[in-house]
Amino acid sequence: MQDGQIIKVSGPLVVANGIKNARLFDTVLVSDLELLGEIIEVNDDKVSIQVYEETSGIKLGEKVVSQHRPLSVELGPGLLSSMLDGIGRDLKEFAAQEGYYLTRGSKITTLNDKRKWYFHPIATIGQRVIPGDYLGYVMENKFKHYILVPEGVAGVVNWIADGEYTIIERIATVLKDDEQEQGVVMRQYWPIRKQRPYKGKGLPEVPLVTGQRVIDTFFPVAKGGTACIPGPFGSGKTVVQHQLAKWSNSDVVVYIGCGERGNEMTDVLYEFPELIDPKTKEPLMNKTVLIANTSNMPVAAREASIYTGITIAEYFRDMGYDVSLMADSTSRWAEALREMSGRLQEMPGDEGYPAYLASRLAQVYERAGIVKCLGEKTREGSVTMIGAVSPAGGDLSEPVTQATLRVAKVFWALDSSLAYARHFPAIDWLESYSLYQERVDHYMRRQVNRNFPKYRKRAMALLKEEQQLQEVVQLIGKDGLSDFEVLKLEIARMLREDFLQQNAFVEEDMFTSHTKQMLMLTCIMEFFAEARDALMHEHVYIADILNGESIQKIGQMKYIDETHLDKIRQIIKENEEELSQIAESLKEDQIIEGI
Amino acid sequence: MKEFKNIQKIAGPLLIVEGVSDIAYDEEVEIYQSENDVRVGKVLEIEGDYAVIQLYDSNIGLNPDEAKLRFRGRPVSLNVSREMVGRIFDGQGRLIDNGPDLLTYERRDINGSVMNPVLRQYPNQFIQTGISAIDGVNTLVVGQKLPIFSGSGLPHNELAAQIARQAQVLEDDINFAVVFCAMGISFEESRFFIDEFTRTGAIERSVLFMNLADDPAIERLSAPRMALAAAEYLAFDLDMHVLVIMTDMSNYCEALREVSASRKEVPSRRGYPGYMYTDLASIYERAGRLQNKVGSITMMPILSMPEDDKTHPIPDLTGYITEGQIILSRDLSKLEYRPPIDVLPSLSRLKDKGIGKDKTREDHADVMNQLFASYAKGKETIELASILGDSALTELDHQYAAFSRAFEREYIDQGFYENRTIEETLNLGWKLLRMLPKNQLKRIRSTYLEQYY
Repeated sequence: MQDGQIIKVSGPLVVANGIKNARLFDTVLVSDLELLGEIIEVNDDKVSIQVYEETSGIKLGEKVVSQHRPLSVELGPGLLSSMLDGIGRDLKEFAAQEGYYLTRGSKITTLNDKRKWYFHPIATIGQRVIPGDYLGYVMENKFKHYILVPEGVAGVVNWIADGEYTIIERIATVLKDDEQEQGVVMRQYWPIRKQRPYKGKGLPEVPLVTGQRVIDTFFPVAKGGTACIPGPFGSGKTVVQHQLAKWSNSDVVVYIGCGERGNEMTDVLYEFPELIDPKTKEPLMNKTVLIANTSNMPVAAREASIYTGITIAEYFRDMGYDVSLMADSTSRWAEALREMSGRLQEMPGDEGYPAYLASRLAQVYERAGIVKCLGEKTREGSVTMIGAVSPAGGDLSEPVTQATLRVAKVFWALDSSLAYARHFPAIDWLESYSLYQERVDHYMRRQVNRNFPKYRKRAMALLKEEQQLQEVVQLIGKDGLSDFEVLKLEIARMLREDFLQQNAFVEEDMFTSHTKQMLMLTCIMEFFAEARDALMHEHVYIADILNGESIQKIGQMKYIDETHLDKIRQIIKENEEELSQIAESLKEDQIIEGI
Repeated sequence: MKEFKNIQKIAGPLLIVEGVSDIAYDEEVEIYQSENDVRVGKVLEIEGDYAVIQLYDSNIGLNPDEAKLRFRGRPVSLNVSREMVGRIFDGQGRLIDNGPDLLTYERRDINGSVMNPVLRQYPNQFIQTGISAIDGVNTLVVGQKLPIFSGSGLPHNELAAQIARQAQVLEDDINFAVVFCAMGISFEESRFFIDEFTRTGAIERSVLFMNLADDPAIERLSAPRMALAAAEYLAFDLDMHVLVIMTDMSNYCEALREVSASRKEVPSRRGYPGYMYTDLASIYERAGRLQNKVGSITMMPILSMPEDDKTHPIPDLTGYITEGQIILSRDLSKLEYRPPIDVLPSLSRLKDKGIGKDKTREDHADVMNQLFASYAKGKETIELASILGDSALTELDHQYAAFSRAFEREYIDQGFYENRTIEETLNLGWKLLRMLPKNQLKRIRSTYLEQYY
């Protein structure tokens, strides 16, 4: 192997010559400090390298050594509940070895290769296996971490372990078809820019339960789907991302803090171990992998962090799990692209972003999906990707938002005026959309209630109509409205305040099951239908309806505990009774007056 | 130390040098013309025997034929010491108060290092600024970075001086220091700060870094890093709570744009470089606390929004990095309300972690939410009245309008020299809330209502 020499340094970009067999995207160790870098351009004898660490103090002539393999991430038991930096180094281990600050050239790995795991075999001796088959599993807390037959290994199991092993010890040997015996260990490496293989992709149809009413009811995302959350600062992107990470019914959560605040990552790190996953009753941290590349960490590693996260998500998907991947924020990733592109003196596209921004972004989102995993037995796994976008100045016409909207199927538009009015989650119901709606309706009809899509559509129609009515009110005042229109406004207000608004800090309200959402929606919409009938047919006064107790009761629905959902059914019944009482007493009054 | 001559070209703040060897990226460079003319710069790019050097000094009078370049073999650094407190430095870390030199010192790289998020401590301790509009409704906590978004003609300097003077961490006998960094402010402004600090004794606990408008613009790039290197030393070596006030970040960003333009880089929005987010983050993210360390860095950068436009790249990128913002209002300023803090759009993202029982008072969160909601409602009512006329208002509406006027007059307009304890701020909040009927205070738990209403 021949070493290269540095001939140019400009920030995170280093140019070297004399590297033999330099291939694009091979990793290199730069300078005497052995900083990790990646080849991003080969030009004759010269290669351009993006360095994942601060390059201060590097001199020309220092050596560059190619590792002759692409940038890879270590995969295996021990990933869950860890916090990694953008290129997969374990930050807790980093802290233990190097102290408070991230020093350069540290050789920190992703996984601990000293720790022993109890390997439970699933495959038996003599069984024929192909890549993707279960060999066995280890328990990470209560999580079954399957060990799969790695790529390129197929044949007959010759020996399989049962007991405690580290991730670098053999746990099985496979006699391959060419009569060669191959050992298998639990750890494997996977190049982060290469998609992990699968048998086939399916269409996302099953909704991801997020427990957030505005999302689950109006703008659902399906398992294996893609969603984006653009919003200016202070509109609550991160809170929505956190809520999804906390409450979505996925088996594994990969959370990428890409170019965001250090304190935010610390917050997640402290908060998640305290929170209990509603599905497994385990601390949330036990199913979470955090990737932290804060805004002051080297910019090149920020570019890599998204790929590191996706590769880890795909690894768990291949075991047959549902994984949700949160990226906060893809704009910072795009800015990292722009910065490297500028240093490479590439011709810029829109707002200085490279011309390949849209295609790169599409590639990233395309790695989400619901797939048939490799292996003999059929199993499905999914990666749902939810990306936050931070548009400059809150202007959605900027390139990153526009490129994202072209590929993401769900759009949750955060609105700062809603946030300003303390309406949370600040998702604008008129701007947002979900292209999974129809398929999810199908599911909801079968699994939750056949009326669900009907109510949802009516509710949305009311919310749309509210906007027009509000305009009328602003022009001529509330007196210009008919009783029925006043009722519509009131119902729309209920939908906004008592259904869409959800408090992330109140225990009963932070997570709402599909059933409860259905009941709440039914309650409001039935009340609407009955009140309308009462107005139209019984000619009751609108004031009597608005002054009734029903409205207060509806306001209290969200605070009803998931275990006492009967109370909502009770409210539905009581509201009906109240309305008929109003009608009754009106008749009586009329009779009296008539006499 | 290596010495070279060959300056080929001077392009604004950049020197293009040829025939250099064995120099390092980001190294400190001294440009030496005579005994009395030594300027400082750093290596921005090296390629072959040619290097780009960015000056931190003015380029006026620089003679490419005479100037010698001395490469120092280390990044630009600052002498830090316990003796810095009470002293005034320029933007390159040189003493300018005619006092004695520092006797003992350590050298620190001004760029600092990246904190490992695993060992950060989440900010949750209250800082009392003595200003109701901050303490009461947009609470600052230890280790937070909370900028002040201002505009030209608004009294942000007075506000900054007031905070520097009054800020304290309650029930904590840890020393408190203020590091003040001025970037491109005028002589008058700088005199205001120095006089103010000296007059009120705040200078005793402050370190000042002064880059004035007639100092080289490019020095503004080093000034905040110098200030932060000093702050880090005070906070994490000497265990002090440090409040860093930086004014005006807009001047810093303009200097950044100047260097970028000289390098002919592809600009992003409004000509600012594409890496401005990363660059600003490398400054702002140095705020924080570390586990098992008592000291902390709290940061209040001040920036003037061009045309009061919050979507301008400088406030926009800042808002994405910092944990909230305090916004000054031109309307309140016109009414001579001091400090004219616009409470509604201001936000402290970490406030919830720093208030409540054992930190401020158990009713703080409820009072804060109620004041916020009632003030918003009051403002709305006043607006409505201006369209429909006073006659359209109900009795309750009038109460709300009166409340919000009183809120502005008493709660916000406290003047630059009144220092309110958090207790006083909270009690004032209650006094104002009593203007509204009890049943309107829906955001306050009934136990607190009984106790305080």
